[in-house]
Amino acid sequence: MAITTMIGAKIHRREDPRLVSGEGHYVDDFTRPGTVSLAVVRSPFAHARIKSIDITAASKAPGVVAIYTHKDFAKVLSGIMPVTPSFVAEKKHNPPRFPIAEKEVVYQSEPVAVVLAETNYQAADAGSLIDVDYEQLPAVMDLEKALEPKSPHVHDGAADNLGWDLTYIPDDVAVMKEADVVVKQRILQQRLAPTSMETRGVLAEYARGDGTMTVWMSSQSPHFARLFLAGAMGLPETRVRVISPDVGGGFGSKISPYSEDWLVPAAAKLSGRPVKWIETRTESLQTTTHGRGMIFDLEAGAKKDGTLVFLKVTQYMDIGGYMGTFSAFQANSCLLAGGAYNWKHIAARTIGVLTNRVPTDPYRGAGRPEATHLCERMIDLLAGELKMDPAEIRRKNFITDFPHTSHFGLVYDSGAYEKALDRALEMAGYEKLRREQEEGRKHGRYLGIGLSSWIEICGFGPSAGTAPATGGIALVESAQVRVFPTGSVAVYVGTHSHGQGHDTTFPQIVADTLGVPYDMIEMRHGDTAEGPAFGYGTYGSRSLAVGGMAVHKASKKVVAKATKLAAHIFEAAEEDIVFDHGHFYVKGSPDKRKALGEIAFASFGMNLPEGMEQSLEAVAYYDPSNFVFPFGTHIAIVEVDAETGDVDLKRYIAVDDCGNIINPMIVDGQVHGGVAQGIAQALYEEVVYDEESGQMRTGTLTDYLVPTANEFPMFELDHTVTPTPTNELGVKGIGEAGTIAASAAVINAICDALAPLGIKHVDMPASPDRIWKQMQNARGTSRDGHDGKEARK
Amino acid sequence: MKHKVATTINGRRHEDEVEPRLLLVHYIRDVAGLTGTHVGCDTSQCGACTILVDGKAVKSCTMFAVQAEGKSLTTIEGMAKDGELHPLQQAFWDEHGLQCGFCTPGMIMAAAYLLAENPRPTDDEIRKGLEGNLCRCTGYVNIIKSVRSAAKTMGGSAARAGEKSAAGRS
Repeated sequence: MAITTMIGAKIHRREDPRLVSGEGHYVDDFTRPGTVSLAVVRSPFAHARIKSIDITAASKAPGVVAIYTHKDFAKVLSGIMPVTPSFVAEKKHNPPRFPIAEKEVVYQSEPVAVVLAETNYQAADAGSLIDVDYEQLPAVMDLEKALEPKSPHVHDGAADNLGWDLTYIPDDVAVMKEADVVVKQRILQQRLAPTSMETRGVLAEYARGDGTMTVWMSSQSPHFARLFLAGAMGLPETRVRVISPDVGGGFGSKISPYSEDWLVPAAAKLSGRPVKWIETRTESLQTTTHGRGMIFDLEAGAKKDGTLVFLKVTQYMDIGGYMGTFSAFQANSCLLAGGAYNWKHIAARTIGVLTNRVPTDPYRGAGRPEATHLCERMIDLLAGELKMDPAEIRRKNFITDFPHTSHFGLVYDSGAYEKALDRALEMAGYEKLRREQEEGRKHGRYLGIGLSSWIEICGFGPSAGTAPATGGIALVESAQVRVFPTGSVAVYVGTHSHGQGHDTTFPQIVADTLGVPYDMIEMRHGDTAEGPAFGYGTYGSRSLAVGGMAVHKASKKVVAKATKLAAHIFEAAEEDIVFDHGHFYVKGSPDKRKALGEIAFASFGMNLPEGMEQSLEAVAYYDPSNFVFPFGTHIAIVEVDAETGDVDLKRYIAVDDCGNIINPMIVDGQVHGGVAQGIAQALYEEVVYDEESGQMRTGTLTDYLVPTANEFPMFELDHTVTPTPTNELGVKGIGEAGTIAASAAVINAICDALAPLGIKHVDMPASPDRIWKQMQNARGTSRDGHDGKEARK
Repeated sequence: MKHKVATTINGRRHEDEVEPRLLLVHYIRDVAGLTGTHVGCDTSQCGACTILVDGKAVKSCTMFAVQAEGKSLTTIEGMAKDGELHPLQQAFWDEHGLQCGFCTPGMIMAAAYLLAENPRPTDDEIRKGLEGNLCRCTGYVNIIKSVRSAAKTMGGSAARAGEKSAAGRS
């Protein structure tokens, strides 16, 4: 690569001036002449049979244009909502899902009918007049009870509630017996609501004249949305255009297709009017896919000297009423459970369980935060048992040789785990903190220091690994680079930026590769009518390692063609042409040079080498040779109030390694946000359902505790840089790192603080209520002389 | 059954006939056509719809349009003057105080009121002042820095560091 000037620079985001001025364009900011509002009538029950739907009163309400139910949509929508085979091959039960219920609803707020009206107020009014006669059925809510033979069924008439049951690696009993100490723990991963600040929304316009459907949608993956919608409506993809304009956050919840993604365009076709639906926050909390929702039963063993022997993982995953499109992806918790360490043996089994709750699907980290959490908790439990310092047991067992092939056949590309740990310990002032903790304990203060040495897998992904997982489409990435006659450059990408700053970082790559001034490069994404035939969207921290590489590859194709043309113009051999900082010259004659823009102008003329076509433009699809594996160490420092159980997060240190960095400002921003979401899981957030009725109790932001500015300290960040050998830019990914690391750091800190009470584990969210109860119990049993050894084998 | 409402929005007079139940935020977005003010919840928690009503920060989903009769409203579109970004807008840009940008207009309007009331806030006063505005992208770190930086630009002396930030280097 040429000497870089833009890559690695802190460039301020070019998307910001319009966003800070109120000139962003999110879905709800668009309208079309004659647009009607759509309101969805949803089931109030978690599980019920639909006996009848009476629309008489609603039809007469002011402003109502149309009311549609399953029978209407069946005329224009065919097929079921897609589910990828993903990582779990042994599917037992994948109930088919139509975007609107016909005879049975299987989670609270499943769509039953839609109302189209002139205004959104009128649509909501009329929706409340639709009279649905339900026969309530028992709700299946508990993951373990759901698997009992006598359990009621999530889907009436189904054989059982088992979604999948797959053992990746069975127990190796002989190895497990080698352990001198063994710890067992059940760890809960509560359901979380992704809660992007912009809810979902769809605006659809159908042109009857030429049969084209245009859809504006808050989506992380507009091309997939087009693919699925075209299939469902029987339209060629060429007649479906999906535009994902500015999107107000996604966090994984805007990847998979939703009922409304199909119902709104279908309603536009049925009614002949443009139709808009904007999700309310309550709808968002109740119907946008949730993350996590798992129980892990864990067992880990080590030698007396701290050498890790085995880890046994059983994952119960709450699928919800239907299998989410990428639901099974989260079984990767098993594949990453070993974390950054050498274990002699890992046993892993995943069990997917259907329940009468909204489906779960990826949420920032999607399986990897759960993997880090379980691994880092078990490491601390072993350290406690062995009376080892948590930093030492980690250091002793880190994987140090790369590439490293894991028990599951994944190849960790590169890493320097100890370096990140050491830097984090140094920033924290670890030794001093331990002394303060010791001193504090003498005065009844519960100070805790929690470590999380995390790794993850991202950069989805190599075709060989991803095409079978999705059911045929390799999660590669596309880019197109066009050079205009006067040297301006337009870049079209298949990824989608919804806060990640691609409009800034991708042109940084192009600027260096083409040697063109940054300001001459225009970045476009989010419109399926532009750019290459297919794009794969943004999720799984893939945009840079896959999409950025596609941009790089397309840029290099342009340079290659321009070099040939320059050789022709200079009447020199191609191998004698030097390309340096955007200029071409013949070796030895740098004074007679031509800028890329001049070559671009010439490329549209007549003096071309034989066989060369006009223009400098290139499309590239980049298929990575491997995934990438970022890593780091985070440290949380907490004080737990001895009386109330309230947790004060005093400091948070994050040392991350995502390989080479394109824009450090944006990388830090991604870490900040990711860490905040991980802390939010550790301390505040939980989707709560009534376990009997299946009613959601956290259907507003009054009940679902998204943290405010009051809840976080300023995070202390640093990076180590270990480039990946997987791609030419040496880049990995950082979008999910913070979330993957943080919950374990915080909970480890809380458990560390409460260790003097004999408390070994605290589940999430670690609310004052939960901790206070555990402290009360611990103090009570302590007085009875119980030393809290019940968790030990 | 429509009511007349006359307001001044960003210095420009607006007169419309609206339903009495129309929320002010929907009036601003759908009638006045100013879509920079966003809706992020339905229970007045998120603050994305924050505007200034006679100089005071108000979540515009908590008022009916008719209650704004005779009042002077400022939305995010009214912050830049003569093509120059307001110091808060500039600071959010400089300090990477936004990612997806959806909460940003409300955050900036709430911050504008905060700085009008308290030109030299500590970090903890900034946190307290913005607790009615949710952001899901930034962890608030760079938002606090942005407000701190804008306070400096706007003439209040440098914000005193709150106790929580004292240990932090970023």
